[in-house]
Formats: sequence, structure tokens, C-alpha cells
Amino acid sequence: MKRIKTLNTRKLIDQDLSKCGCGECQTSCQSACKTSCGVANQKCEKSAN
Amino acid sequence: MIHQYKLNGNNIVLDVYSGSVHVVDDLVYDIIGLYEQKSKEEIVKLMLEKYKDDETVNEEEINNVFEDIEELKKNKQLFTKDTFENKAFDFKNRNTVIKALCLHVAHTCNLNCEYCFASQGKYHGERALMTFEVGKRAIDFLIENSGTRRNLEVDFFGGEPLLNFDVVKKIVAYARSIEKEHNKNFRFTLTTNGMSINDDVIDFCNKEMDNVVLSLDGRKEVHDHLRKTISGAGSYDIIVPKFQEFVKKRGDKSYYIRGTFTHNNVDFTNDIFHMADLGFTELSMEPVVCSPNDPYALTEEDLPKLYEQYEILAKEMLKREKEGRPITFYHYMLDLKNGPCIYKRISGCGSGCEYMAVTPWGELFPCHQFVGDSKYSLGNIFDGVKNKELVNKFKNCNAYARKECQNCWAKLYCSGGCAANAYHASGDITGIYEYGCKLFKKRIECAIMMQVEKEKNENN
Repeated sequence: MKRIKTLNTRKLIDQDLSKCGCGECQTSCQSACKTSCGVANQKCEKSAN
Repeated sequence: MIHQYKLNGNNIVLDVYSGSVHVVDDLVYDIIGLYEQKSKEEIVKLMLEKYKDDETVNEEEINNVFEDIEELKKNKQLFTKDTFENKAFDFKNRNTVIKALCLHVAHTCNLNCEYCFASQGKYHGERALMTFEVGKRAIDFLIENSGTRRNLEVDFFGGEPLLNFDVVKKIVAYARSIEKEHNKNFRFTLTTNGMSINDDVIDFCNKEMDNVVLSLDGRKEVHDHLRKTISGAGSYDIIVPKFQEFVKKRGDKSYYIRGTFTHNNVDFTNDIFHMADLGFTELSMEPVVCSPNDPYALTEEDLPKLYEQYEILAKEMLKREKEGRPITFYHYMLDLKNGPCIYKRISGCGSGCEYMAVTPWGELFPCHQFVGDSKYSLGNIFDGVKNKELVNKFKNCNAYARKECQNCWAKLYCSGGCAANAYHASGDITGIYEYGCKLFKKRIECAIMMQVEKEKNENN
């Protein structure tokens, strides 16, 4: 596609809500913010979900 | 749903429900903007008119763009429909375990910061230190309520946790002594104002703490204006050398220099760059959360300046990375390839169900920001969680719980936002803190733009 460049991203739509969510990841607020919620910058413990 | 915006010379199209990010030229950007509003014939006509001076644009080329868009749609990378919404409403029925505790080991502080949400560490209550017995019971409570979850997090918080450092050490030693037999892995974090840092603290924390959060607001005059000692003097000169020593000895282990910006320093990037000049590279800077009546509260007039600051920061970070002297900004750490799963993106921070705060007396609250508000008491670590109704409310407090988030493109990046901020701004945890939303969206736009630029650099 000469006018469109698509970044390599983790495809959310293909993930099964009942199978992902192992919960081993950090609770977002514990790393540095303490006064806001952001999950997008959190690490996944097993990104192969 | 899509979100499209222009930043730093890039036309960026975000497909919300697939998480796909596309960088497109002006023609595609315009067509995508009109795609769901007008017929193909109308769009072709509009584009031929708009790009009449562009020799690369003709009807055939426009048709090619439509084919590309259709292909991306077919691959579920553009205009992807929301398939998560109905499932998200079952979230209150999900089984959750407690995997993280914020231990308020000291409801007292050796600083007197004007903007402190914890009311100078007292959380509007009595000064108190957690005993080892309470801390030990908190560790047992966490293990008992964590099911098969292996990674457990404990954050030493206050007030100032180093005012109760001996108990912190004992709690860590206790947790370490039993983690293997329970097949657990404790990850400790300590948040400190730095006043009590000494060699003992540095050695212990660099051995045991997975992460340390060091509070510094940036430039001396900014920091000292609000972060004062009990006698009213500035604390910058005391803490900065301690932080430098701490971080120098920390090696590769995680840390954050974490600041708060207020109406007094809307040019907060200068504070972030000051932190970098001091030799720190892992940085976080948060907008102050306070009453709109406070003199340092951020205002509507500040917003355009803050947006500009976030852009300045993103561009400067890209520049520094190219120059081989990168800095990390907490909110720009976006990993598009290996970031959080969709479950995490919908369910959010886990406050009130997976994450709880423990007071010095062992009382449980949904998170540190609710401590001291008796309406939000969940129970205690001795008798367990009693207010199940409240836990269920927090379980369901997710990306789909708020009507204001329904048409928001950012909801899978913030999960609907911070429950405490929503509560303080709207009176309900399922409300929103609109000002925070505006800043959050700007940060995500900048963070995605940085990923676009990095990919461009990798391909060049």
C-alpha cells in the first residue's frame, strides 16, 4: 500500500477475552503514577496471548 | 471506531478496537475521515476537487485507496467493530484475586508538601506507624487471597515509608522467607521523598526493591515552592544528592524520578529536562490532583500550554534518542507489539478488587487515594474483605462502565480512567475526571506519534 504504512501492533480484536488476562502483570498504579490510571504503558508478562 | 490526528508532520489513523496504527498521506487521511459519512461517489468528487493541483491524484488512484481501505477492513485493521462491549459487562462476575497491596507503613511525613493528597501523610486522620505484626499479617493476607497468582506486588507507601524503615525491612524479610513455599514471587516498590535516604536504605532497597519511586518536582525553585520541610525550608538541596547516589548505585534496576506539576509550572518540560540534566533518565511527571479551588490547581487556560508541553517533550525525547542520550517518560512507554492484553485494557488498574491499600491499623481501602474515606472501607486484613458490594462495584468499573467513555477513542488505553480521580471530580467512581481525560488523550497521541517516528527511523 503505497499511501498507507501500517505499524506492527498487537492485534486486540483477535484476542479471546476468556483466554487472556492471566493477571500476572503489574497493577498499573504501582509503578510511578499514583494519581492516574493508564494501562497502555504496562508490560505484559506473556505477550503471546 | 477510528481516531485520526496530525502530529509532527504525520497523519496518524488509530483503529481503536484492533489497536492498529496507520500512517497515511493526505489523500488517504481525507478519505478515511469521510469514509463512513459520505458515499464513494461524493468522496471521489470531493477529492478530485481538493487535489486538482496534485498530479498523482486521479480517479484511478482514489479507487486504489478505496481498495486498500477495504482490504484493511477485511483484515480487521480499520473501522473494526467493537466486539468487547457485551462481554465487558460480565466483568463483575469474574473471579478476581488480590495480587497487590499498597502498605501505608507510615501515616506521617518529614516533609510538609502543600499539595499532598494524603494531607501531609496523615490522610486526614491520626499520625501512625504500621507495626511489624500488621505488616506480617498483610503479607499473609495477600498470599491467602492471591489464588494461583505467582507475582505479588507490595508497595511501601505513606506518608513517608522510610520513617518506618525497620518495619519495612522486617516485612520484606518475612515475605522472602515464605515466598518459595507458597510459590510466590514478591515484587517490592518503595515511594520516598528522599529525606531519610542513607547508605543503609540504598543498599537494602537496591537489593530488595524491584522499583523505587523518588519524588522530585524538577527545578529547585519549583520543587522548593511546594515540597517544604516541617520548618518551611526547601528540600531540593537535601534530596537531590541522595537521589543521585541512590540511582548511581542502583545499576540496571528500575527507578522513577517522579514529579508533580501544578499551575505554578505549566512549562513542566523544563522540570523534566532539569531531571535529565541531573543525570536521571527514568522520569515521570504527573498533573496535580487537587481541589479546583487550590491556588496551584490546573486551569482550563493551562490546557493549550500543557498540550504544547507534551508535544515538546515527545519531540525532544526523539531528538535525544537519536543523539544517543535517551530518557524515558512513564506515560510515553508504549509497546504496541507486546503491550497489555485486551482483558487488562478493559479491566483497568484493579483497584478495589485486585489491588488494595492497607492502613497502619490494617484497614483495607480500594487504593491509596481512598484511604481515610470511611465510605470506602472494605474491611481489614484480620477479618477479610467485608464490603463485597463495593468490591463488585470496583470490579465493574472498567472501560465500558462510563457513558462518557462510550464514544471515546482512548478507552482501551486508560480503561476508563482512575476511579479515585473520577470520584473526587464527579462524586462517583463511575464518573470521569474530564481534565485528566484531556491530558491523557494528548499523552497517548504523543506516545503513538513517537512509535511512528521510531518505526520510520528503523526503516531508513
